[in-house]
Amino acid sequence: MPGFENLPLLSPEITLTIFALLVLGLDLAFKRLKDALAYVAIGGLILAIMLTAHLFGTQGSLFSGMLVVDSFALYFKIIACLTTGLVILSSIAFMKEKTPYRGEFYGLLLLATLAITLLVGASDLVMIYLSFEFVSLTCYVLVGYLRGDPKSSEAGIKYFLYGAVTSAVMLYGMSLIYGITGSTQLTVIADNFLSPSSPVASTRWLILPAVLFILAGFGFKIALVPFHQWAPDAYEGAPTPIAAFLSVGPKAAGFAVLIRVLLTALPAYQIDWIALLSGISLVSMTFGNLVAIQQTNIKRMLAYSSIAQVGYILLGVVAAGPGTVGIMGVLLFILAYLFTNLGAFVAVVAFSYATGSDEIADYAGLLRRAPLLAAALVVFFMSLAGMPPTAGFLGKLFVFGAVIQMGQKVFYFLAVAGVLNSVISLYYYFNVVRLMFFLPAKDETSLQIPRSLVVAVAITMAMTLVMGFYPQPFIDLATRSVVTVAMLSPQ
Amino acid sequence: MEFPYLTLITFIPLLGAVVVLLIPRKYEREMKRLAVALSLIPLVLAAILWLNYDYGAGTMQFLEEYTWIPTINVRYRVGVDGISLPLVFLNSLLTTLSLFYSSHTIKERVKEYFAFFFLLEMGMMGVFVSLDFFLFYVFWEVGLVPMYFLIGVWGGPRRQYAAIKFFLYTLAGSVLMLLAFLGMYFAEGTFDILEMARLRPFADNFTLQSLAFWGIFAAFAIKLPLWPFHTWLPDAHVEAPTAGSVMLAGVLLKLGAYGFIRVLLPIFPQAFHHYAPIIAILALLSIVYGALVAMAQWDLKKLVAYSSVNHMGYVMLGLTAAASAIGTSEKVFDSQAMALNGAVLQMFNHGIITGGLFFLVGVIYERAHIRDLKSFGGLGVIMRTYYGITTVTCLASLGLPGLAGFISEFLVFRGALSIITPIAAIAVSGLVITAAMFLWKVVQLIFFGPLNEKWANLPDMHRWEVITVAPLLFFMVLFGLYPTPILNLINGAVVKLLSGL
Repeated sequence: MPGFENLPLLSPEITLTIFALLVLGLDLAFKRLKDALAYVAIGGLILAIMLTAHLFGTQGSLFSGMLVVDSFALYFKIIACLTTGLVILSSIAFMKEKTPYRGEFYGLLLLATLAITLLVGASDLVMIYLSFEFVSLTCYVLVGYLRGDPKSSEAGIKYFLYGAVTSAVMLYGMSLIYGITGSTQLTVIADNFLSPSSPVASTRWLILPAVLFILAGFGFKIALVPFHQWAPDAYEGAPTPIAAFLSVGPKAAGFAVLIRVLLTALPAYQIDWIALLSGISLVSMTFGNLVAIQQTNIKRMLAYSSIAQVGYILLGVVAAGPGTVGIMGVLLFILAYLFTNLGAFVAVVAFSYATGSDEIADYAGLLRRAPLLAAALVVFFMSLAGMPPTAGFLGKLFVFGAVIQMGQKVFYFLAVAGVLNSVISLYYYFNVVRLMFFLPAKDETSLQIPRSLVVAVAITMAMTLVMGFYPQPFIDLATRSVVTVAMLSPQ
Repeated sequence: MEFPYLTLITFIPLLGAVVVLLIPRKYEREMKRLAVALSLIPLVLAAILWLNYDYGAGTMQFLEEYTWIPTINVRYRVGVDGISLPLVFLNSLLTTLSLFYSSHTIKERVKEYFAFFFLLEMGMMGVFVSLDFFLFYVFWEVGLVPMYFLIGVWGGPRRQYAAIKFFLYTLAGSVLMLLAFLGMYFAEGTFDILEMARLRPFADNFTLQSLAFWGIFAAFAIKLPLWPFHTWLPDAHVEAPTAGSVMLAGVLLKLGAYGFIRVLLPIFPQAFHHYAPIIAILALLSIVYGALVAMAQWDLKKLVAYSSVNHMGYVMLGLTAAASAIGTSEKVFDSQAMALNGAVLQMFNHGIITGGLFFLVGVIYERAHIRDLKSFGGLGVIMRTYYGITTVTCLASLGLPGLAGFISEFLVFRGALSIITPIAAIAVSGLVITAAMFLWKVVQLIFFGPLNEKWANLPDMHRWEVITVAPLLFFMVLFGLYPTPILNLINGAVVKLLSGL
């Protein structure tokens, strides 16, 4: 069968599909299995990661150029599976308290992961749109999963309305691109823009609005200002593990597809999108940080903090010039951000599991009540603020390095704005540290934290520190994944 | 392979922190003793280094080098010369004394306190021995966090404000420095500090050189602190626990001065020379403003804190004088060397003298629980040892001949007067003001006059308090009368640095 000889390239996706169905089926068949299903799901994810790692370095195209498999996509597939694995680990105890429908929950998470793995490999506008919607749909359900909790339902509806509008706008932008170039294939689009004989010239003015419309969709997924308004409400209302998932998984996927579209299809318009993204990045990090200062709920604070974080990541995309470490910076930053931000969220899950509160004020005196949790949070906050010796420092080093490498005044300004933003962010991150360490607790009882959460915190904290102390293997991995960005095109 | 002295000096404190955290709470007494004993190891090693250092060469010695992050050419590279070695010694000395002092005064959360203290020592030690910008920056930032906790957990009433202010101020400076380091890396492809001094990045592009210069300047000037970047200092000093203030004034401020000498002077001599007039004026303002504001304080600790702004101004004056004379004529080389020698020696002297003063402030505060100068008086009669030790330390601080402070201030002024005459001439007024301040405000108001009955029962210094400050007094007198050992050590490195410019 033509088009199917490359099927082994899809082994991670196939694995995820099988395990998602397996989890759903087992849930239906054996009523008492609920929590064991989490481990089945984690097993599936580990298998998928191993298969992805095995594929690393191969290159191929599937379904007449709808999907590509390259190291860049594989890197993001590993990120997606890692994220979901950690999220599931942190959900086990938490969801047990909140809902009886846990089988479907894990099944949906696996499907969301599958959607992300498809999105990061999509190389055709149609495929991008379809997998994009697939990610969104699973996420809408997960955000509104706690049906009995009005906040969760409200968050789900808000997220859905926002997502529906932006994806419609994005689809319109895609149709414009198709209209101009006559193709939905990213490489063909690029060729049409670049060749002087193409009929594009007369409709060139349409390109900027088209890019803007598409950016609305990606911006929504990544939660960039001005498409960010859903994020704080969704994070606050969603079950906390899902907020953790939203803050990493779909965002990473959004960046993957953003980079692929910009670098594969639109290199001819690099100057335009660099200007556009520079502005968005500056606004995102500044706005996110300034608003985060005023938050009293830790999930909302982390939501705004993640809006600021994507501003930094975007700097790496802006600085994706020839010969710079921009894209490598983005890859490293996202990996660092995965461990750090998930770690922070897992700690929040642990705290909220033990106390039932998400208020920042209730973190007072945490040092006495759960010293290791407090220490872990300090590491995560240091990493989020980009301080050595943590993973976050490594990510920022490369991203800001790439911006400096561009070597123009505008970029120096962007870099200075970026680092000053991380100083601002330190203020609210360490405000929580201040409460935990400097103030007495209202209630001195020590917190009971379930083992699965302890494991999740330990893994994320260890990785945050390992990436800071011994970054070479991670840099190697990112370098190998970037190499193929230059030749993204499926032939 | 040579014995890894510097790695041990840097990381034994880390071991100390881990050990302290692992000891169960009920063995608190033993833990304190063990901590002090562990802190002696870096001190002994630093002393061994001092004795084995080859003065004549003036080069980086006891080098160690390992690959760390090959992709971006980052190496673990450490070494010391005559400029960093005294600071390494100072850091380990003050840490040991601080831990010894704290083991008597700190009652709450003792384990965490000792652990943070060790981490602080490690961070600052790392900065002094690093010969790679990446490593330098990592240690620079790592030192911030424990100080933040030391102020915030064990500090005074406004500790929360002082802690975050200290953190944000210094971080704001250091992130700009990071950008400058990155710019230099992409220009030259190395993070090696010594190599960078040979390559002179941006030598042909003065705009970029200035940008990098001021970026790095921001970090060091805030840490030093140079007027007008000093406002975090009085808050941090006043709120920090006694031993925290000692480390802050004694070692942490030196990080800024050390950075000027190790990084800015050898790597951007052109920009440093060009902007020397501006920096000289800032140094002058630090000297005069620091002295005048110190004079106006009635809080003893605040007075000592502001006197640090004044004293670190002398360091900056010596440094700027050396930079001003770059490329002028061979004849001023001696003055240049003298000013720079004075600046480096002043760093060490300020460490032992002001460190001592903060211990002494702690002694009276532990007893009276206030530091208001107006409320004391006549204590000379009842606290005789305290009276004697404080007077000697104050005299050393105001620069009395025969005590350590005099030698370094003399060298700075002797060098600066022949290079930047008018500014140095005005700066001398700082000496007069500090003399008045220490004699009148500290010695006279606390010890002379009628005894305030409220304090009639204050006990004199305990033996452990005397033991804490005795080594500092020893060095004040030793290097006041016989500065040759330390000056020889410094001079070799200073001459080598200056002749490279």
